[in-house]
Amino acid sequence: MKLRKVVLAVAVVAAAASSALSTSALAQAKEQFIPVLSYRTGPYAPNGTPWANGYVDYIKLINARGGINGVKLAWEECETGYDTARSVECYERLKSRGASLVQPLSTGATFAITEKAPGDKIPVVTIGYGRSESADGTVFKWNFPIAGTYWVAADAILQAVAKKEGGLDKLKGKKIALVYHDSPYGKEPIPLLQERAKMHGFDLQLLPVAAPGVEQKATWLQVRQSRPDYVFLWGWGVMNSTALKEAQATGYSREKMYGVWWAGAEPDVKDVGDGAKGYNAVTMQHGAEPQSKVVKDILEQVHAKGQGTGPKDEVGQVLYMRGAMSAMLGIEGIRAAQDRYGKGKVMTGEQVRYGLENLNLTQPKLDALGFAGVMRPISTSCVDHMGAAWARIHTWDGKQWKFSSDWLQADEQVIKPLVRSTAAKYAGEKKITPRAGEDCQS
Amino acid sequence: MLYRENGQFKTSYRADQQIFPIVQDRWAMLAILLIGFVLVPAFASDYMFRAILVPFLIMAMAAVGVNILVGYCGQISLGSGAFMAVGAYGAFNFFARIPGLPLIPALILGGLCATVFGILFGLPSLRVRGLYLAVATLAAQFFADWMFLRIKWFTMDTPSGSVSVSNLQVLGWPIESATSKYLFCLALLVLVALAAKNLVRSAIGREWMAIRDMDVAAAVIGIRPMYAKLSAFAVSSFIIGVAGALWAFVYLGAWEPAAFSVEMSFRLLFMVIIGGLGSIMGSFFGAAFIVVLPIFLNQFLPWAAGLVGFVISTAGVSHAEQMIFGALIVWFLIVEPHGLAKLWSTGKQKLRLWPFPH
Repeated sequence: MKLRKVVLAVAVVAAAASSALSTSALAQAKEQFIPVLSYRTGPYAPNGTPWANGYVDYIKLINARGGINGVKLAWEECETGYDTARSVECYERLKSRGASLVQPLSTGATFAITEKAPGDKIPVVTIGYGRSESADGTVFKWNFPIAGTYWVAADAILQAVAKKEGGLDKLKGKKIALVYHDSPYGKEPIPLLQERAKMHGFDLQLLPVAAPGVEQKATWLQVRQSRPDYVFLWGWGVMNSTALKEAQATGYSREKMYGVWWAGAEPDVKDVGDGAKGYNAVTMQHGAEPQSKVVKDILEQVHAKGQGTGPKDEVGQVLYMRGAMSAMLGIEGIRAAQDRYGKGKVMTGEQVRYGLENLNLTQPKLDALGFAGVMRPISTSCVDHMGAAWARIHTWDGKQWKFSSDWLQADEQVIKPLVRSTAAKYAGEKKITPRAGEDCQS
Repeated sequence: MLYRENGQFKTSYRADQQIFPIVQDRWAMLAILLIGFVLVPAFASDYMFRAILVPFLIMAMAAVGVNILVGYCGQISLGSGAFMAVGAYGAFNFFARIPGLPLIPALILGGLCATVFGILFGLPSLRVRGLYLAVATLAAQFFADWMFLRIKWFTMDTPSGSVSVSNLQVLGWPIESATSKYLFCLALLVLVALAAKNLVRSAIGREWMAIRDMDVAAAVIGIRPMYAKLSAFAVSSFIIGVAGALWAFVYLGAWEPAAFSVEMSFRLLFMVIIGGLGSIMGSFFGAAFIVVLPIFLNQFLPWAAGLVGFVISTAGVSHAEQMIFGALIVWFLIVEPHGLAKLWSTGKQKLRLWPFPH
C-alpha cells in the first residue's frame, strides 16, 4: 500500500515536471534569441552606452510591433568593457542560449569571434566596423560588415576632401596625417589610404596614439611641425575629445579635421563644445536623425510606456541611431531568412546567415520600417556581404551634427581589388577554399 | 581527524621526500586528477569549457610561472604580460612561418623566445630589487607593447596588426572542440605544475628561496645570485610564455597586442599575491579567484537580485561586480595576508587536530 502511494506520487510529480518542461520549451521555441554584447563601463562607455540603448530599444520596438511575423525577440545583455577576453566569454555564454547572430561591437572581439563563428555556425554582424576584407563573402562566409567598412569610410573621407580641393588630381603633393588609435581598429584604414596615396600622389603621414588615447601631446607636436593639409582622426571614446582639445591647443583648424564614424558622435564633441565647431566626420549612411519615423515610433511605443533603455533626450542621436540601425539590419536578416524557411518560425544561425546574405532592403521597405531618409537601400549577396558603400559627411556646428555633403559612394574600383587580394591572403593562410556557386544557394 | 597521520611511518628517504607525504593528500590529488580528466569532460557544458575552464587553466599556468619568479625568488615583476606576449607572438611566428610545424614544438619555441626575453629583462635584477625592480620590469611590458604594435615583421605584415591561428592539432588530434581544448590545456598544466613543484623542492628552488629571504646571506653561503636570479627569470618566463601562447592560440584564436597589456601583468601579480606567494597550489587558487569570480559575480548578481524581485541594469551589475571584487580582495588580504593557500593550509592543520584543538 505504501509502495503504491510512493509510485503514484513519483508518477504525478514526473508528469507535472515533464509538462512544465515541455510548455517552457514551447514558450522558448517561439522566441528568437539575440545576444547583446555591449560596454557600459570602462574607457569607452560614453560611446558604447548610447549604441547599446539604441540596439535594445529597437528590439523592444520590434516586439511592440508584434515581433518578426509573430516571433518575439528575446535578448540578453552582456557587459564586455571593450575587453577582448571578456567579449569572448560573453559570446560563449550567450551562444549557449541559442544565439542566431552576434554583433561584437569591438574590432578586437570581431577578430577573435571571426575565428570561432564558422565552427559555431553563428553569423557575425558588424555594422560599419570589423575587418574590412570580410566584405568578401566567398571567403568570410559568416561575417557581415553590412553598410560599410573602414575602407569605405577612408575612401569617402578622401572623396569629400577631394571635392573640397576640386578633384582627386588636386590631392597631388598634399599632406594628409592619419591620427589613429593604435589597435587593429585604428590600423584598418591604412592599406586603403596607402593605395590611394600611390594613385594620387599625396603624402600620407601615420601618427599612432596609444590606447586609450588620452596622451596625444607628442602626436600633435608632430602635426604642428609638419602642418598637414588634412588630419583624419581614427579615434574612439576619450581619444576623440582629447584630439579635438589638442587641435584647439595646437591651433590646427578643426575644419580640416575629418573623423571616422566612430569619431563623429555627440559624446566626442560635447565636452569640447565650441572648440569642436567645424569638425567633420564621415557617417555611414545615417547621422543624427531625431526627426525620423523610427525615432518617433521608439518614443511612442517604447519610451512613452516607460520601457525606454536610456535617457529620452538621447534618442535619435548619432550612436543611438547606429545601435538602432545595427539591430534593424540584423533583424531584417532574420526576416529574410523567415521568407525562405518559413514565416513565424524561429531561425537557426545558419538560416539567419542565408537571410543576411540575401538582404534586399528596398526604399519602400525602408520607408515601412521608418528608416526613410536615414539610409539608402541595401542589398547583399553571396559575394558581397557589405551591400552598399554609401556615406555622408556631417559637421558639428557647436550644438549639433548637420550634414555638410551629399551622398558619397566609395570607389569600387579601388576597394574591390583590395578586398579580394586581402581576403585571398586570409584564405591562403587559413586554407579556406572560396565558396563556389552552389554553396551560395544554401 | 581527517588528516590523522597515525601509523604513516616513513622508512626511506624516498617516502619522506614525496610531494604529498600524507596518504590522504595523495588520494585527494588522485581524485582531483580523476575528476579533471574524466568527470569534468563528461559533464561540463560547452560554455563551461570555453569561457571558464580553459581561461582558468591557462591563467593558472601563467600564475605558476609568476609565482616562481615573485613568490619563490622574490623578484617582483610587472612584466609578466610582456612575457606572455613574447610567448604568443614567438609561437605564432614559428607556427606560421615554418610550414608543417606541429603545435607543441611551436609552443615550446614560443616559450624559449620568452625565456630569452625574460633573461634579458631580468638583468636589472642583478643590481636593483624590490619596487625598483618592479619598475624596471615594467620596461619589458612597454617594450613588448611597442614591439608588437610597431615592428610589422612580428605580425606577418597584417594590415590591422591582429593575427590569428587555426587548424590546431596535436598528433592528428584536432584541438577544435571545447573538450579537446580543455584536455590539452589540462594536460599541459599538470605537466608544468609537476615540473614546477619538483623544481622548487630541488637545490635550485632552495637557492631561489635563499635569495628571496636574504640575498646577502645567500651569497655568503655560496649561492651565486646571478645564476639564481637569472635562472628564476628563465624558468618563470618560459612557463609564462607557454601560457601566453596557449592564451592566444587556444583561448582567443585571434589577438592583438592589447590582449597582453599592462593590465594582464597586474592581474597576474594579483593572482600570486591573493593565491599565496611561494606556493604552487596558491597559483591555482589565485587564478580561480581572479578569472572565475568576476564571471561568477556577473551571472550570480542578476540572479540573486531577481530572487528578491529586483532588476539590475547591465552597467549596474558590472559596477557592482567590480566593487564586490575589490572589497573581497581587501578583505582576503586583511584576513589572510599570506593568501588563499595559507588559508587552506591553516584549515588543513585544524583538521589534523580536530576535534581536539589545543
